[in-house]
Amino acid sequence: MTVRFTVNDDPVELNVPGMRRLLDVLREDLGLIGTKEGCGEGECGACTVLLDGAVVDSCLVPVGQVDGHAVRTVEGLARRRPSAERPAMPDDLNVLQMAFLETGGAQCGICTPGMLMAGEAFLASGRPATDHAIREAIAGNLCRCTGYTKIIEAIALAAARRDAGATQ
Amino acid sequence: MIEPPLASPDDLAAAYRLLAEELYRPLAGGTDVLVALSGRSGPPPDRFLDLGGLDELRGITLDGDGLVFGALTTYTEIRRSPVCRDLLPAFVDAAATIGAAQIQNRGTLGGNIANASPAGDMLPVLLASDATIVAGSARGERSIPAASFWTGYRQTALARDEIVIRIRVPLVADRQVRFRKIGTRRAQAISKVVLALSWVAAAPERPWQSVRLGLGSVAERPIRAIQTEAFLEGRLPTSDTAATASVRVAAEIEPINDVRSTADYRRAVTGRVLHRLIREAGGW
Repeated sequence: MTVRFTVNDDPVELNVPGMRRLLDVLREDLGLIGTKEGCGEGECGACTVLLDGAVVDSCLVPVGQVDGHAVRTVEGLARRRPSAERPAMPDDLNVLQMAFLETGGAQCGICTPGMLMAGEAFLASGRPATDHAIREAIAGNLCRCTGYTKIIEAIALAAARRDAGATQ
Repeated sequence: MIEPPLASPDDLAAAYRLLAEELYRPLAGGTDVLVALSGRSGPPPDRFLDLGGLDELRGITLDGDGLVFGALTTYTEIRRSPVCRDLLPAFVDAAATIGAAQIQNRGTLGGNIANASPAGDMLPVLLASDATIVAGSARGERSIPAASFWTGYRQTALARDEIVIRIRVPLVADRQVRFRKIGTRRAQAISKVVLALSWVAAAPERPWQSVRLGLGSVAERPIRAIQTEAFLEGRLPTSDTAATASVRVAAEIEPINDVRSTADYRRAVTGRVLHRLIREAGGW
């Protein structure tokens, strides 16, 4: 079937089986390999992306249901994308990515894209960044390095900067 | 991954026509059925029918003395619904325990019902609330009481051309509904035991009437503990009542050992949770 949607604000049109997982479309058809596959069963949250701003496990979303909707992946977080002429620079990162970098919120890195998307959805919700609220926001994301403390610190730091008026 | 064909009808009539012609696996939020695409737990269904385009199946509406949920109502929508929070807070409590935000944003009440897992978290609440499940097909609509909907292990009363279209929950004056889920952790856990208890009492010191006890993960399907309900009927939530009821329910259920828990643990914890709910209701 033909599906049309946006990924990180870019329009996409694909002719793919409707039951193809959004995760596979992103990684294999669109080359967006920032989104990781962990368990493939909706348990670990590694493949978390935003669908119309809401966190979803992209391993559980058939692309046929994405037709007409907006997807945001970890590649869409940075304020500026690197190019051949201009390599990536730390100040390209958005507030949340920078906070992860500063607090050591990433260890092996496989949960990081999903944690960032869950954190991004939490920041966008505008909810007060209590410890409980942050923990609930990332309850669907497993970190096998068990680096939760620094991930929670990173989201709290980003929320504090958001509240102080920093732009994304 | 296996990628079977997907039909995406635009309205309910078109969906019914397709279902009348061929056997489809209905697809709502996908949180259960997408896992089948790996083929690791057997061959996936031959073809899927996407219900996502059927706006007739959306929304939470007050209808006389009942609250009606479209089958595509997500757990997030239940959690955020002011009318649900006011009138059926146990539904909000239960929806909040399912998976985490990723699952709650996609998973639907109708999907939980049709998937018919014995561990389905919303199902004991539907049993305890005397909910009615409305099934639809090209032949028309019919209402099925929750108590007779799940007929065996992952079996339902739906005919092969029927889908769940909405759920009606009667709003009963002075009814209390309590929900408790026991899992390995608070989020992302499939339940070891899930329990919903309801009763009608005009005041805390009045005897309980219309007692319902819905249980999940303790049998091959979601069940009501009829004998324990009968014991609790007409009683006050005293310590004697709680002690006897907890023994009765442990004897009444027939849980199994599986990857998530043991039969012994499930019996013990079901009794303890019931005891606690009665104690909290009694305020002692």
